[in-house]
Amino acid sequence: MHFEGNVFRYGRDVDTDVIIPARYLNTSDPAELATHAMCDIDETFATRVRPGDIIVAEENFGCGSSREHAPVALKAAGVSCVIAKSFARIFYRNSINTGLAIMECPEAVDAIKAGDRVSVDTESGAITDETTGATFTAEPFPPFIAEIIEAGGLVARTKAQMAKGNAKGDAR
Amino acid sequence: MTRPMTMAEKILAAHAGLDEVRPGQLVECDLDMVLANDITAPIAIRVFHELGAADVFDRDRVCLVPDHYAPNKDIKSAEQTKTMREFAHACHVTHYWEQGCAGIEHALLPERGVVGPGDLIIGADSHTCTYGALGAFSTGVGSTDAGVGMATGRAWFKVPATIRFEVEGELPAGASAKDIILHVIGMIGVDGALYQAMEFAGSTIRGLSMEGRMTISNMAIEAGGKAGLMEVDDVAREWLDGRCERPYVEYHSDPDAEYAQVIHIDAADIQPCVSWPHLPSNTHPVTESRDVRIDQAVIGSCTNGRIEDMRIAADILRGRTIADGVRCIVIPATPAVQRQCMDEGLADVFLDAGCVFSCPTCGPCLGGYMGILAAGERCVSTTNRNFVGRMGDVTSEVYLASPAVAAASAVAGHIALPSDLD
Repeated sequence: MHFEGNVFRYGRDVDTDVIIPARYLNTSDPAELATHAMCDIDETFATRVRPGDIIVAEENFGCGSSREHAPVALKAAGVSCVIAKSFARIFYRNSINTGLAIMECPEAVDAIKAGDRVSVDTESGAITDETTGATFTAEPFPPFIAEIIEAGGLVARTKAQMAKGNAKGDAR
Repeated sequence: MTRPMTMAEKILAAHAGLDEVRPGQLVECDLDMVLANDITAPIAIRVFHELGAADVFDRDRVCLVPDHYAPNKDIKSAEQTKTMREFAHACHVTHYWEQGCAGIEHALLPERGVVGPGDLIIGADSHTCTYGALGAFSTGVGSTDAGVGMATGRAWFKVPATIRFEVEGELPAGASAKDIILHVIGMIGVDGALYQAMEFAGSTIRGLSMEGRMTISNMAIEAGGKAGLMEVDDVAREWLDGRCERPYVEYHSDPDAEYAQVIHIDAADIQPCVSWPHLPSNTHPVTESRDVRIDQAVIGSCTNGRIEDMRIAADILRGRTIADGVRCIVIPATPAVQRQCMDEGLADVFLDAGCVFSCPTCGPCLGGYMGILAAGERCVSTTNRNFVGRMGDVTSEVYLASPAVAAASAVAGHIALPSDLD
């Protein structure tokens, strides 16, 4: 997938409580969750974000609660991709499962500035800062993860396996 | 001859049908239990229906617990628990507890013997790592993984490397299991165990009750850990036998197993401590935190809402009163703990001291209800997270501490040690 958008920059340890505060978790409606995305660290995020925009952050993005509402809220708000130095484990898994593009690339995080125009190709891992012309390559996904993404997420992959009468699947 | 393995590796290998696994390997495993709560289950149920699944993989291997916003805090929360209740009934899920019988999931499931040693468990709640204290490999996932797990009984895992923490010796007076885990998180940071399993061992751990052990495993996620495991010993067996509803399997790490790191900790170095805002790793000794005045204390949660925690708090609050201008909210984690508080007279102690004595709920821990903070307010809490806005207004502050420190602080009106009250 190819995405292009403006960059919102954040620091390290952005937790899922600030991505979507628990006080809004009495719903799982993506559109409603999107209106509160990032509100506790960036009050105007939800009103400024445009479809395709990209979040760039330091280490351990998405730490804390397992709430899948976090990647869902970002995706519904229009975020196309999160580029970080590292992701918290459950957020990483949830993003793969729900189809929010994520890329690990410390060099890109160090170089890209807030407001830069950035394009990404999630398959090749290519990241281009269109504002400065700098290019970067993200860590490739392990083949098994790439396969889940390619299948359209965990639900689509499991559905295909269940249709084949092989819910158990195989990880090779 | 298979390679020497850690207990985490052994449990994953056994559930993948393999003789051995190594860190980094991707495996698909059979699950012993799949868990979701009132916040995460509605999405998991949606996923379950999207899959076109007719029934859960095993009606005895799914747990659905209304605890986060239950008793229902508002109309939307009521809709969420209703969705879960109707699904549980339609699929004849054995382990669904109605409000009144339910409690905080991570206290309830071990108490009821639903999870046990050797189990492979996923839960759509990050603190699912709690059951590591029972010798299970248990980890938090999102709702989609839980929904797929409920339908298929399967999940994929990347085998984590393990960091072993060997805690040896006697804790200083006033220090507890909570101080051990806050100390560890302060030492390695909130991503110190990212993508890795944590294994806790040593004489100090063996000297803890099961309640204390669960407090430690519960917060493995606060260091980024995928699981927080402990080996089964006589203390565990005594607690588990007659409680576990299924026969259990003990897995012990091989002496020559490979660890990513072995960290030795002298228990004598672990002082009663407090994690200041806004990260659990921001630990400071209580002795350097006495200037922090508080508006509220919360004693409860999946971290510290068990009977031992209630007894410790009550011992400090007995015959004392909560400081002027401070609210102290005590929340036993399960109905059994609540009843025991009443039977042992602890409920009277809490009420006499001026505490709110609540029914079981996750409530304020995640800023749901039952003790939300106003702008600029400070709370000392036995819960597990102190992120920005976690318990209320974005300018409010949460200081994480043990039940002893939270109770003493509630009386003193500032962060304090029990010995400060004498």
